[in-house]
Amino acid sequence: MSILVDANTTFIVQGITGREAVNLTRECLDYGAGAKVVGGVTPGRLGREVHGVPVFDTVEQAVAHHGAPIDGAVVTVPPAFTKDAVFEAIENGIKLIVIVTERIPRRDVAEMVELAAANDARIIGPNCLGIIVPDVIKMGGIGGPAKDAAKAYSPGSIGVISRSGGMTTEMSSTLTAAGMGQSTAVSIGGDAIIGSSYAELMPFFEADKATEGIVIYTEPGGRMEAQLAQWVADNNSRLPIVAFMAGRFMDEMPGMSFGHAGTIVEGKEDTATEKIARLAEAGITVAEEISEIPALIQAKINERKA
Amino acid sequence: MRFYEYEAREIVRRAGIPVTEFGFATTPQEAKAAAEKITGPSVIKSQVLSGGRMKAGGVQFADTPDEAAAHTEAILKIEIGGQMPRGVLVDTKAQVEQEYYAGVVWDGSAKKPVIIFSPVGGIDIEQVAHEQPEKVGRRHISNLRPVSGYEAKEVIASTGVTGSELNKLTPIVTKLAQLFIDNDMTLAEINPIGRLPDGSFIALDAHMEMENEARGRHKKLLADLGVGDDETREAREPTPFELAGEIVDSEDHRGVAGNVTEFDGNLGLVIGAGGGSLTLFDAVRAHGGKPANYCEIGGNPSVSKTCGLAKLVLQKPGVDKIAVMMSIVSNTRVDIVARGVIKACLELNMDPAEKIAIFRIPGAWEDEGFKILDAYGVEYADRTVSMHEAARRAVEKIGGAQ
Repeated sequence: MSILVDANTTFIVQGITGREAVNLTRECLDYGAGAKVVGGVTPGRLGREVHGVPVFDTVEQAVAHHGAPIDGAVVTVPPAFTKDAVFEAIENGIKLIVIVTERIPRRDVAEMVELAAANDARIIGPNCLGIIVPDVIKMGGIGGPAKDAAKAYSPGSIGVISRSGGMTTEMSSTLTAAGMGQSTAVSIGGDAIIGSSYAELMPFFEADKATEGIVIYTEPGGRMEAQLAQWVADNNSRLPIVAFMAGRFMDEMPGMSFGHAGTIVEGKEDTATEKIARLAEAGITVAEEISEIPALIQAKINERKA
Repeated sequence: MRFYEYEAREIVRRAGIPVTEFGFATTPQEAKAAAEKITGPSVIKSQVLSGGRMKAGGVQFADTPDEAAAHTEAILKIEIGGQMPRGVLVDTKAQVEQEYYAGVVWDGSAKKPVIIFSPVGGIDIEQVAHEQPEKVGRRHISNLRPVSGYEAKEVIASTGVTGSELNKLTPIVTKLAQLFIDNDMTLAEINPIGRLPDGSFIALDAHMEMENEARGRHKKLLADLGVGDDETREAREPTPFELAGEIVDSEDHRGVAGNVTEFDGNLGLVIGAGGGSLTLFDAVRAHGGKPANYCEIGGNPSVSKTCGLAKLVLQKPGVDKIAVMMSIVSNTRVDIVARGVIKACLELNMDPAEKIAIFRIPGAWEDEGFKILDAYGVEYADRTVSMHEAARRAVEKIGGAQ
């Protein structure tokens, strides 16, 4: 079992003829059972192929060619064109959109998210690496080439949610080395406004019988951790959570941005110290080092089972 | 990117919100001329990108143009929050009967802008929210349709303001919300809005911040205001070391060597990527190490870019060794980073085995990378060594915690 995607998920790649997108397409086709990449879109490139995937000028053409609704889209177009591409995907009936592109102004992101909500669609990202269900499917660059992704990710019962793409892989690899696989790992992106926060993904993991515990990677900046703490308090969640907080040094450097666009201490609530306190109040264990995570989450799972 | 008050004032004026007569001056003579245009007393305000101006003596009142010139001369010499003023704002000293607050910011949880209004202005809105929460109104606005006047009206009315006050404030707050959206602001605040004896309202001080990622869409406004492309307006000015880091990054488009930030320790860091760098910097400090710098490499940087960054760090005064560390990479190639850092040592006539305290980058092309490191006797680690353990080893090699 998994969340958001499974072996049957169909998706397109918007901006498929770009250098990174060509690699990403290859990686997704090669990984697990092989993703069902049913088309790509780059305006003006109708009729081409990328690793056997047909390229269209419009999402509408891709849907018509597929002959049925398409589940998802990976968006890799430049920042100035991303909003248009996402609107196009949403209005052509696509319900899951992974935005890889970085440096999109937040007004654009907010518009995309609001249109998605009005159309019952979900956005992951922007500035993210996507979603992976170990050995089954990856949607996005997460984990890199299939053979590298296979080294880090293994199937199992831990849900991973991370504001950093690279750290999604680092934490999953640490879990894998400890014999703990992942149900689904989601790189949610490091911007100030993103399509899906921790709290917004929790109901999916809560409903996924394969998931027994959650590991999150977090950073200073924003209110997403407070939102998660609130969700945990309000929903009597069955899932134990272990968090890792990077960027603690930033508490001493207000107003400076490190790591990701959304990672900046502008007020007290943004600080690592404050967030760690909030998470701890909600019963979320905050690990001091990545290497402690497997034992911590295992202990919490055992506790709940006992 | 934060605007100076005199720039924010101009943005507010352009949005059609009434402002007092004001001028910007960089010399006492200019200030005198600006004060002459203002009939009556003036206020001279230091133009710095930080708060605490009043306390530092950066705000003075003048009855005559000559007094305005004298105050300007004094204010231009006062450093506030580590910054020398760019100039002074020469402003009309308005007779104000009541002060109000209006602001618009992003709410990252709701993913919408939120309008905030209070009839208690002129002080920090956080303080008002804490002490008189019923006097602070908030309302989200849609991203998908233009701002509508009733949205501003609802926020204002929710704080108990009614009558002609409500009707005169509504267009001001509506225009503020619209300018927030039109200019890709992350913060647009007028504090205070003043009510004058004749019952009219006027913006007395404004604070605006534009999202860096959106600067490209506002070239005309920025040019009109005289904001240069190279003005970062970060919390502090970049150091020469940091500027050299930007040059290393810009000289080669392949990959990223970003956010090079100076610290005063002895362990140079060649680290990546976004989350990995945050984690590793913390890890070095947690083990008592003193980083000489912060940086984020990633996006598959070329040998020359990695080499350029490593040389910059190796040559930084006080740096004894460098640690080359990243979280598991899938796009960046381990072998290319290995080549880059070894090349940097060799070009500086340094021994890689001695200068590189540890190399911990697992992932794509790691076998090829480890082979190169072996050849030069550099200590390296694969993914079985955690990021924190790698940081600990690096700190130990440089003489342990200090």
